[in-house]
Formats: sequence, C-alpha cells, structure tokens
Amino acid sequence: MPFDPSALTLEMLTAVLGLGVLILGLIVPKGSRHGLGWVSFLGLLGIIGVAVALWGDNRELLDGMYLVDNYALFWKITFLLSAALVILGCMRYVDSIGDQAEYYSITIFATLGMMVMASAGDFITLYLGLELMTISFIILVCFRKLEAKSVESGIKYILLAGMSSAVLLYGLSLLYGLTGSVIMLDVSRIVAMQPVSPALVLAVVMLVAGLGFKISAVPFHMWSPDVYEGAPTPVTAFLAVGSKAASFAILLRLFIAGLPGIWENWAMVIAILAAVTIIVGNLVAIPQTNIKRLLAYSSIAQAGYIMVGLVTATEAGIKGVMFYAFLYVFATVGAFTVAAYFYNITGSDELKDYAGLSQRSPLMAAVMLVAMLSMAGIPPLAGFVGKFYLFKTIVDGYLWLVFIGLIMSMVSVYYYLRVALVMYRDEPIDATPISVSSPVAVTLIVTMIATLIIGVYPGPLSEVVNNAAHTFFLH
Amino acid sequence: MDFPILLTILLAPVAAALIMVFVPKEEHMLHKSIAAVGTFVSLALSLFVYFTYNKEIGGLQFVFGHDLPWIKDLGVTFFLAADGISLPMLLLTNLIGFSAVFASWNINNRPREFFILLMLLITGVMGTFIAHDLFIFLLFYEVVVIPIYIMVVIWGSSKRVTKEYAGMKLTIYLLIGSAFLLAGVIALFVKTTALAGVPDMSFTGMAQVAQQLSRFDQIWLFALMLIGFGSLISMWPFHSWSPDGYAGAPTAVSMIHAGVLKKIGGYGLVKIAVYMLPVGASFWAPYMAVLGIIGVAYAAMGALAQKDLKYVVGYSSVSHMGYVILAVACLDVIGLNGAVANMFAHGVMAALFFSMIGFIYEKTHTRWIPDMGGLARQTPRLAVGFMMAAMASLGLPGLVSFIPEFTIFISGFNNFGGLAVIGIAGIIITALYVLRAGANTLFGPPRPEYNHLEDIRGPELVPLVVLGTVLVVGGFLPSLLFDMINSGVVPLHAAISDALQIGGKL
Repeated sequence: MPFDPSALTLEMLTAVLGLGVLILGLIVPKGSRHGLGWVSFLGLLGIIGVAVALWGDNRELLDGMYLVDNYALFWKITFLLSAALVILGCMRYVDSIGDQAEYYSITIFATLGMMVMASAGDFITLYLGLELMTISFIILVCFRKLEAKSVESGIKYILLAGMSSAVLLYGLSLLYGLTGSVIMLDVSRIVAMQPVSPALVLAVVMLVAGLGFKISAVPFHMWSPDVYEGAPTPVTAFLAVGSKAASFAILLRLFIAGLPGIWENWAMVIAILAAVTIIVGNLVAIPQTNIKRLLAYSSIAQAGYIMVGLVTATEAGIKGVMFYAFLYVFATVGAFTVAAYFYNITGSDELKDYAGLSQRSPLMAAVMLVAMLSMAGIPPLAGFVGKFYLFKTIVDGYLWLVFIGLIMSMVSVYYYLRVALVMYRDEPIDATPISVSSPVAVTLIVTMIATLIIGVYPGPLSEVVNNAAHTFFLH
Repeated sequence: MDFPILLTILLAPVAAALIMVFVPKEEHMLHKSIAAVGTFVSLALSLFVYFTYNKEIGGLQFVFGHDLPWIKDLGVTFFLAADGISLPMLLLTNLIGFSAVFASWNINNRPREFFILLMLLITGVMGTFIAHDLFIFLLFYEVVVIPIYIMVVIWGSSKRVTKEYAGMKLTIYLLIGSAFLLAGVIALFVKTTALAGVPDMSFTGMAQVAQQLSRFDQIWLFALMLIGFGSLISMWPFHSWSPDGYAGAPTAVSMIHAGVLKKIGGYGLVKIAVYMLPVGASFWAPYMAVLGIIGVAYAAMGALAQKDLKYVVGYSSVSHMGYVILAVACLDVIGLNGAVANMFAHGVMAALFFSMIGFIYEKTHTRWIPDMGGLARQTPRLAVGFMMAAMASLGLPGLVSFIPEFTIFISGFNNFGGLAVIGIAGIIITALYVLRAGANTLFGPPRPEYNHLEDIRGPELVPLVVLGTVLVVGGFLPSLLFDMINSGVVPLHAAISDALQIGGKL
C-alpha cells in the first residue's frame, strides 16, 4: 500500500500551526503578542473544521502503524476542542505571565501529541505521541518559572511522568519480546496463539501501571493533586482534560484492539481499580479547602467513572468512554476557567474566598455550579446521560460496581454543594463585582450551554459517538 | 397536530423564570407578579385538561411527542401524556404551586432568585407527572433536588436544626435513594432491551416487556425501586429526612415538598414499579404493608411527642404516607384508587397546613406550640385555615381526605385483615395530636403580646381560599376525584393482573 500523506492532514496542520505561532512570536514585538492567542484559537477552530470534514475516512497507514478512523478522529476533535476552549479562556492569564508564543505553541504541540496517540497503531508511534504530550506538559506545568509552587510541581511531574513512561515502555518492550512485532494488530494475533506466560502478565501489569498514572487512577494518582495545584490553572485544565482523554484513547486501543483475548481475565482487575478510584477520589475530595485540589480529586473520581466503560471491552463500553470524555471536557474546562479567572482577579484559589461569588459574578458562579453538578451526574446536565451510558454496560456481572458508582456520585454532591453553598449563600468579604472579559465569558457560556444541551438532548452526539465506536473494530 | 397543551403547562413557569432573569432584581413586586402569572397559566390549563379529559375512553390523552425521538439508541422519546393517575397529581402540583407563590409573598430577601428557583422546582415536579418515558421521568425527577437545596440554605430557618443540616440531610437522603432507583432503572433498561431486542423506554412499551421478566429479576428490581421511591415518599425506615427537612425549609418548599414532591414516590411506585414489575410487587407487597403500617403508627407517635408545629406536620405527613404505602401494597383497584386519592388529599391538606404555619411563624416568630396561646381570637382567618387542614388531617367526613382513607381501610382490611387494624387505629393518635396542636395553638388563653398581630389578608389569603375550596369541594363531590383516578387505575390493574397470571404460570 503506497503511503498517502493526505491521511495525516490534521497532524500536519497542527504542527504547522504550532511552528507558525512560535515563528510569529519571534517576529512580533514583545508588547503586541496578545494577538497570538487569537491566532492559535482561530487556527485550532479551522483545524476542527477540517477534522469534521474528514469524518468517515477509515483506513490503515503503513500496515497498521497509523490508524485513521472515526474513532481517532472523534478523539482528535475532542482534544482540539479542549485546546481551543482552554486557550480562549486563558489569554489574559497568559498575558500576565508573558512568553505567549512559547505557551501557545507548546499547548498546540501537546495537542499534536495527543492526536498522534489517538491514531497510534504501533508501540513506537504510541510512545512518540505520549512523549510529545508529556514533555510539552512538563514545560507548561512549570511555566510560571519564578513561582516556587509551579516549579515544584513541574519537578514532581518530570520525575513521576518519567517513571511511568519507563514502566510503560518496559511493558511495551516485553510485549515486543514476546511477539516480535510492535504493530498492535499483529500483536493481538500472535498473543492469541500463545499460552499466557508470566512475561505477558508482567507486561500487562506494567502497561496498566504506566497508563494508570496518566489517567491518575488510584493507586497511581498521588501526583495529580500536587501537580494540579501548582501548575498554572489553564494548564491544569488542559492536563485534566486532554492528557486524561488521550490516555484513555490509547488505553482502549492497546488493550481492546491489541490484547483482546487477555482482557477478559483483566476485566475484574479494572473493575476493582475503577471502584477504588471512584471511592478514593470522592472521599478525599470532601475535606479539601483549595478549589484546585478539590477539582483534582474530583477529576480522579471522574477517571474512575470513565474506567467503568473499559470493563466490558464492548462497543457500548467504548462508546460510553468516548461520550463521557467528550462531555467531561466542557465541565472541566468550565470549572477550571472560572478558577483561573478568579485567581487572576483575586490571587486566591481558596474555597473560602469564593464566598458570595454569585453576587460578584453570577456567570462564574453559575458555570461552576453547572460544571460540578454535571460531574456529579445530576440531570438535566450532561454527566447524567454519560453515566447512564457507562453503567448500562456493566449491569450484567458487575452490578456492585453500578451501586458503588451511583452512590459515590451522590456522595460527591456533598462536596460540590459545599462549593455551591459558599458561592450562593455566604456574603462576599469583598463585594466588588468581577467583570468577566469577553473571551472568558464566551468560553464559560459555551461550556455551560454545551453541558446543558448534551444533557437535555443527547441524541445527535450519541449517534456520532456510536459511529466512532463502531469504526474501532473495523481494523 | 393538536395544540401541545401539556407542553404549555410544563413550560409556563419556565417562561416566567426566563422573564424574571431579565427584570432588574430590585423590582420585587414585579417578580412576584410574574411568578403568579406563570403558575396561574399552568393552573388554569391543568384545570382545563382535568375537566376535558375523557374518562369514558380513558387511557393516555393529550399525547405529545411520542413520535419525537430523543435518544435513539436508548429508545427514548419526549413522550408527554396524561391519564387518570397523572392528572390529579398534575392538578395538585399546580394548585400548590400557585398557592406557594402567594405563601411566599412576604419574601424580600433576594426574591428574584427565590421565585426563579421556585418556578424550576414546580416545572420539575410537573414534568415527572406528565412524562410517559422513563428516561424523561428521571430527568425531571432529580432536577428538583438542587433548587430545593439552595432554597433551604438561603431562605430556610434554623429554629431547631440548622438550615444547612436540614438542607444537606434532605438532599443526601433523596440522592442516595435515587442512586438505588437509578441502578434499578439502568438494570431494567438492560434487561428489557435484551429481552425485546430493541430499546424502548416509554412506560407502556417498557412495561409490556418488563412484565415478562423472570420472577427473580422482578423481585430484585422492584426492591431497588422500592428503596428509591420509598425514600422519596418517606417510607419507614427511610423517613427521617422528612421532619427535619420540612422544619428547615422555607414555607413554599415545605408546601411543595410535602404536598407534591413526596407524591412522586407514590406515583412512581404505582405507575412504574408496580405497573412494570407486578410479580416483584406481589412478592414485596406484605413487607410493604408492614413498613407502611409501622410508618403510620411510629410517625403518629412521633408527632404526638413534638412541640414544634412544623415537626408535628412533618411527622404527620410520614404517617399519612404510611397509608399510601399500605394501599399500594393491596394491589387491587380499591387500594390503588385509595392510594392515589389519598396522595391528592394529603397534598392539599399538607400544603394548607404548611402555608398557615408559615404565616404563624412569620407573624409570631415562633413555631413552639406552648408559646402560641389562643391565636383564634387574634387571627381568626389564619385559625380557619389551620383548623380546616387539621380536620382534613384526621379525616373528617365532608373534607377531601375522608373518602380516600376510608377506601384504604376497606382495601387494607380485605387484604391484610388484622394487620390493617393497627393502621386504622393510627387514626386515633392522629386525632389526638392534631386536636392537641390545634387546641394549644388556637384555642388556649390568648397571649397579650400577640394582640397586635395582623390577620392574613390580601394575597396571603390565596392559599387558604384555593386549597380550602379544594378541601371542601373534594369532600362533597368525591366523584370528581375518584372517577378520574378510577379511569386510570382500572386499566393499570387489568394489565398487572394479566401479567400476574402469566407470571404465576411460569
């Protein structure tokens, strides 16, 4: 099969955009680099437009090294969308740090890494994408280089991300040693013919641990609250959304497409990991007083819910994962954008300073409330439908997990409502109204409306995701 | 297509809320008027629907959206419809919603937010009663939880328990209950889809398949739904949120919560759990009856021990819901008629009770019965409303709740014999605590410090007039209510007894 570069249109466009922003940053004088955010945002919107137009293009490149299908495309749209929303919401924040060109272009390269991961059909491509993403994030996490907390979390992230990448790589190399191939489709055929060996078990353990770190599943979650707290808030948002979603994208590929036979034995392990993640994430979130740490633990719990879709390894499960990841983008970006903007204005991430936010800025309070209730799965918000899709896949055989998931999501309402209480009931200490600048307002309104619409009328999105999940099994 | 009247009823309060968003927040009177108009439109239209519903034909009428696919792969359609069971509940919601606006007429602390939340709350409750699709039902079912929480913590009162505690207890109890319900619904969906091959979440479509589920499946699914709906209807032992929650809540929330929201539990039990899982229902019926009777007796005793008016009514509502659960457990036409009718009757009565207590508290700043003295002399109109609700509560003939309770006793005695007698005896305790509360609040020696109190007047009279009229009319013309309910219960009962016969053979 001849190599057709047109299959890589999206990746090339994204790389061009990233480099272009970097070069523009050199040309444009320091004072007027504000516009770079708009260039990046509009560029990403344009790429999303191209991506939508490419829908339905399903093929394999280079004997399955690179898989172009609706499954990957849906993930790519998810990443691009979250990058665009995060950039739109954080321009003022970035202006306050400076170095706009580097910030935006590294964000775009992180997105490119995620896109490569979504399409990866072999271990090398997978690792390439993963490292592109991780290294970009390392730079972003310590972007406020004069601030001790940011640098500290950057170092934590380097060390732990490096460790987890090493573990993952070791798992992949074991698999290569066992099968003699790095192409997932070949690996799946060869593994199916062999008896289960201890080395294979070890390889799977390594893969679960390595990727478990990326999605911050308990017990590999320790890094995430610290890093989330220390990183610049928009980076935290992108880390929570993009990095997690991309890791789920390859987790599905690696295990369900690459190791289908062995997965049946691992379903129970994943179910238990999901349960523990949901329980720990939600319970530890309860005593948090810093909004970013609270959101960090809540995002751990969210990863637990998404893992539920992995358990059965069916099309319905994949659909549940993708659907939930997509709506999770809006809730998370909404919540973190509020936190970032609030920090910008007041310099605080403490929950108690959110007192009376509903009077100071009704929009920010409303977006925070909607985002949190969506994460808790209260209808008519998107999270409810998402959980319905996820949990319906495991009714047969894992009913206990349904109970844990649903009851813990009701428990999570407790700490989400505590935030609501502070914002809506308490009188503000400093009653000056917060005027929300228009790009941020647009981000907030988009996330809120999307969360509402997906919740009230999920039909169209659901059909798109069904189609995307269906193409997963075409190769 | 006909005029979508149910949709209009549903959206009138939403429209009012949207208008309020754009009205400056200082315009207190304007907000109240908009809320009043919004709820009045719903009330007028639901009265129209109630009286034009064709009881001869019965079944689903005013159907909307059954061909409007909502989520294809879950088989969800935006199906709104009314039948003889949902119409009384819809009417009740609007009667209480309209009265609640006037019961909150004196709220001057952030009225815009209050009335917007109230409108959303009323919409959510109405939606559950006219949705004919399980998914849409769930959407509306949980929508109400968050407005209630916010309303309790901002406008509630911290007399005996803090309002934060009351609000959180209310919310968490109901959400945990709904987690069980949700698990039940998801499992039911998966099982019925596997059996039928195509997903269908409309009540009728799902019920036809669900009724064929195996005995074992029906039993555990029904148990989950019983926990979910049972905690909403405050079935013993899941009732403890109810007195605390009502005590902390502002008047309008207590009215709507005790008046209609609780009834979603009973409505769901009849129209979803019993209808879809008749075999499970017949397995659990004796246990339900026992729980119902314990609820009646236990809560009546509890009410006897209370000195706070809201706690008296809170416990009394748990006790009355015990009768509803007993009636549902009978699983016959008389019992189900009694259950639905009693929910209607208790809704009107409880809402009137809470609105009167709200006014008493607003004027005297206490709910403590020994502090009241003889308010009948000082505020005669308030006393009339209070006593009407009290008399309805003890089932005085001539008021709306007599016939429903009587019906429940007949059916309860037929089905459970001696056990029902304990429940019936509960009526004596009810009489005792209701009369004692009335006597000590209204007819004791008048206290001089209350001489200056103004009686309820103007807009404050609306709850008394509206709900009082329904109490009396429903009492003298019970057929208005019973014919309607019967037209809904008879086909439902026919469906479950058919299913039970087949279920027996398997």
